[in-house]
Amino acid sequence: MALMAMKDVTIAFEGTVAVDRVSFEVNAGDYLVVVGENGSGKSTLIRAMLGLVKPRSGSIAYGDGLVKNRIGYLPQQTAAQRDFPASVEEVVLSGCVNRMGRRCFYNKTDRKKAEENMALLDVLKFRKRSYRNLSGGQQQRALLARALCATDAMLLLDEPVTGLDPTAAAEFYDVIRTLNRKYGVAVVMVSHDLGSAMRDAGKVLVMNRGMDFFGSVDEYRAKFAEGAVTARG
Amino acid sequence: MGDLLQRALMKKPGRKGEKPRRSSAIAFWVLLALMIVWILFHLKDIGAAFVEFGAYLQYKFIQRALVVGTLVSLCASLLGVTLVLKRYSMIGDGLSHVGFGALTVAMALGFVTAEGLPGFLPGRLRRGIAALCGSIAASPLPFTLVVVVLCAFLLLRLSERSRMRGDSAIALISTSALAVGVIVTSMTSGMNVDVYNYMFGSILAMSVGDVWLSAILSAVVLVLFVLFYPRIFAVTFDEPFARATGVNAGSYNLLIALLTALTVVVGMRMMGTLLISSLIIFPALSSMRVFSHFKTVTISSAIISVVCFVMGLMLSCVYSLPTGAGIVAVNLVVFIVFSAIGAVRE
Repeated sequence: MALMAMKDVTIAFEGTVAVDRVSFEVNAGDYLVVVGENGSGKSTLIRAMLGLVKPRSGSIAYGDGLVKNRIGYLPQQTAAQRDFPASVEEVVLSGCVNRMGRRCFYNKTDRKKAEENMALLDVLKFRKRSYRNLSGGQQQRALLARALCATDAMLLLDEPVTGLDPTAAAEFYDVIRTLNRKYGVAVVMVSHDLGSAMRDAGKVLVMNRGMDFFGSVDEYRAKFAEGAVTARG
Repeated sequence: MGDLLQRALMKKPGRKGEKPRRSSAIAFWVLLALMIVWILFHLKDIGAAFVEFGAYLQYKFIQRALVVGTLVSLCASLLGVTLVLKRYSMIGDGLSHVGFGALTVAMALGFVTAEGLPGFLPGRLRRGIAALCGSIAASPLPFTLVVVVLCAFLLLRLSERSRMRGDSAIALISTSALAVGVIVTSMTSGMNVDVYNYMFGSILAMSVGDVWLSAILSAVVLVLFVLFYPRIFAVTFDEPFARATGVNAGSYNLLIALLTALTVVVGMRMMGTLLISSLIIFPALSSMRVFSHFKTVTISSAIISVVCFVMGLMLSCVYSLPTGAGIVAVNLVVFIVFSAIGAVRE
């Protein structure tokens, strides 16, 4: 049973089809990179995976312990967020909101979870520091800790290295690889940065309204190389 | 003293977070010392002002203004933290202009008579409409409340859904409401003292009903804010994430808009249409200069808001200044002081 299975999902806004009959699966421990040009339906696909938009047709099934609303989401940062007055601890704790149910306040388990994830991402030393005084890479790690509070199984990253300098970006990819390999967290990453993203990824999904390609990185490389050869020949 | 201040200013830490605590502490203590010195020199005047204010407190209308104003300031500052951080600061301003338009329309309805209505309507209906209009004009608050709440929903929807940017939508609605208000006024009563009071506020405007209304409102705001604190933080910090984790962000936005509308309507007759939004934005902005945790920002803006209100009311009583403007002036001074502390800290 897959963590998440999309079957023939079509999404349209006001008559324009944004995502056209896309089917793929994310299994436990997968590392999937979603690539595509601007306007190719990547963001819409992400929003559908999170349950924020309803597909017009097709189905999205969650399984293997993954529940809707229990996906660790790392959205693109907004300008307003970068200088938001909040401590790192407050930010990371807010990832626990989805396990609160009817409770009004965080309990001990939530706090412990937040602390573990802060330690895991090496931001525990900043817990009382203000989020707005952190560097871009540190902010991204804090948001990742928050995302981990919201999930045990799957992380969804929306262009996570945008705005990071090359060193911070490389560090960030290392962190993601560790989470994926060592802790078995499934990763779905939307990226422009094809080269770096593919280095660690296991699978690739190429979006172009419809699905241009879905398969392992090796298959992608083989197809790409073959195409290049035929073009030359 | 000056030497210390200079040293504090010179000692800007080169990198972020190198020794921010120490320099900010020095700056804080220097400012505090300066304030204490100033207070010591003016102790007599301040004492006299307090005594005079104490005398004013025997008047029922000042008591009412004090209670309503304190509670409204508290609500406004709590809501203000989220509104400012979500970049919705102008909602308060827009809603107060809508409130002005609604108030003038409600007053103008008092001029409707059964004879003045179109003749093809049956007589009983005409009399009914005239009676309804008369009662709206007699107590315009419920009518204004309904209109402002509806506009709050509209503003939120416009800024969320439409292609028009949120700030232009608010500007559009607020200026239109102001225009409607001015046209209606000039067609009926003309620009009189009532209109002036709506614009700039009047300390005399608070009734016993307002005291109850503001007490209930502030209780609701406080309870909701405490109960939903983690969720409000989540929605304020990152709405997409909050939505993705199953928080119904839309209904929290609606709730905040609704409470803002109520706060604006209760507060606008004392603070004035043109000044009520300052109660929402100033305390939050001031405390964000100095504090950098969400909890401390929230608590400090509540304290700043209430203290500024009481100081402003006192100033306006003792020196017979317009109340709303006095409160805004005190808020401005606090903002400048906090900005200075924040700048030194950076």
